[in-house]
Amino acid sequence: MSAYLAALFKDIHQKTGLNFVYMYDQFEYRRMIDGVWTSVELIVLCLICSIIFGLVGAAARESKSRIMFMIVGAYVEFFRNTPPYVQLLFFYFGIGSALPQIDMGGYFEPLIGRFGWAVISLSLFGGAFVTEIFRSGIESVPRTMREAAEALGYSRIQTFMHVVLPLALRFCLPALGGILISLLKYTSLAYAIAVPEVTYTSQLIWSDNFNVIEMMITLFIFYNLAVMFFSLLMSSLEKRLALPGYG
Amino acid sequence: LAHTQEKFVSNKTENVISVLVQWMPFILKGFLLNLVISFLAMIIGTLLGVGLGLLRISRRSYLSNGARIFIQILQNTPWLVILFGVMFLVPSQFRIGSSQIAVAGWVQATVGLSLPIVANVAEILRGSVHSIPSAQWEACDSLGFNRRQALSMIILPQCYKRMLPPWMSWYAILTLATPIVAILGVREGLGSAQAAMESAGAKPEYLMPFYGFVMILFFIYIYPIARWTRWLEQRVSQ
Repeated sequence: MSAYLAALFKDIHQKTGLNFVYMYDQFEYRRMIDGVWTSVELIVLCLICSIIFGLVGAAARESKSRIMFMIVGAYVEFFRNTPPYVQLLFFYFGIGSALPQIDMGGYFEPLIGRFGWAVISLSLFGGAFVTEIFRSGIESVPRTMREAAEALGYSRIQTFMHVVLPLALRFCLPALGGILISLLKYTSLAYAIAVPEVTYTSQLIWSDNFNVIEMMITLFIFYNLAVMFFSLLMSSLEKRLALPGYG
Repeated sequence: LAHTQEKFVSNKTENVISVLVQWMPFILKGFLLNLVISFLAMIIGTLLGVGLGLLRISRRSYLSNGARIFIQILQNTPWLVILFGVMFLVPSQFRIGSSQIAVAGWVQATVGLSLPIVANVAEILRGSVHSIPSAQWEACDSLGFNRRQALSMIILPQCYKRMLPPWMSWYAILTLATPIVAILGVREGLGSAQAAMESAGAKPEYLMPFYGFVMILFFIYIYPIARWTRWLEQRVSQ
């Protein structure tokens, strides 16, 4: 924390009453940085895991197995049509309390902590949407492409990995970006199970310092910057992956 | 009889189920508040959203830019944060003349949930107006309609059909977001389920069936709407 910024925000506090306490108080500064960092970790992990769940789901839907198809269908419909917040509570409290505790020598720790359950639950929720998006992307790959790959001697898996998937990914990139952005925002729900991410941290800070408005502004700025950064990332990815003649 | 009763009590799962059945009417009553909040928030959101959307497509750049920034901020902020903002920053008591009027928590929550809907309805409106071929505007021009007449008599009537599916999917998203208000102490479906577990003895084995029941309630309500939306989407795209 630079001394200049600290002095500046102290001055702002004295002159305007706006108390951005974490800008000059060492303790609150550390809290805030930890909160932001936890949020970033949570967001990155959720996005990666939901893409993995989506890929697995879409691949399972592609397979010829009827049972797999039905399982993935039920998964998608269930997670898309129930409240994500209740899903989170169900996982953390319901399943978490049913799992065995690990003896850490004197005290017991749950098998999966708050952070872990937040990642699992939010990724499963996001994964259901990503599965649907990948599926529609795969459907929009022209059939002639597969036939051409088959004619060239590609196996089913090779066709999927080398021909269908790269094209499908490009087709569904805009929709994928939209869903991942809304998942990014849903990570604030982890507040409810006391994951110390940025929303939870802000609440701790405003209960200690009575600066709700300032912390609200901070949250608005954090999430708006995160969304803007991510959409820039997605649009540059779209440009880099663009194929001449497609889209 | 005593013997069978004992057997009944000793059977743990059966016991949990019977507790859940006992509390079902209470949770269902709470769920009604979810529905009321979702209806009201959707109505407020749609009315204000159409207004904001019209500002967004206005030709005056200060109006459309202002609307754009407002929409973007609302769209980029999590619902929970918007709810906190409304709960903490909007006064919970109003003074009209000499009488104090207290605003109930669920009313504040409804206003908070309607804000993201405002932004998204505005975007839906903008998107569907832009999807109308520009030849329509030119035709209106050549027939002597001014911009307002063209919009209200020619362009917007064609938009309703295109706006319906995304509007309905936002309704589903809104309804699935209503349990968040339990965090703020509003006793809707989820809050009722939590209160029910509390009064039934707060045993950990209640957690899965009670939360599961709340999920099933939402699923029964939302799944048909989602199917209907998909059906409409396919019809519009054809």
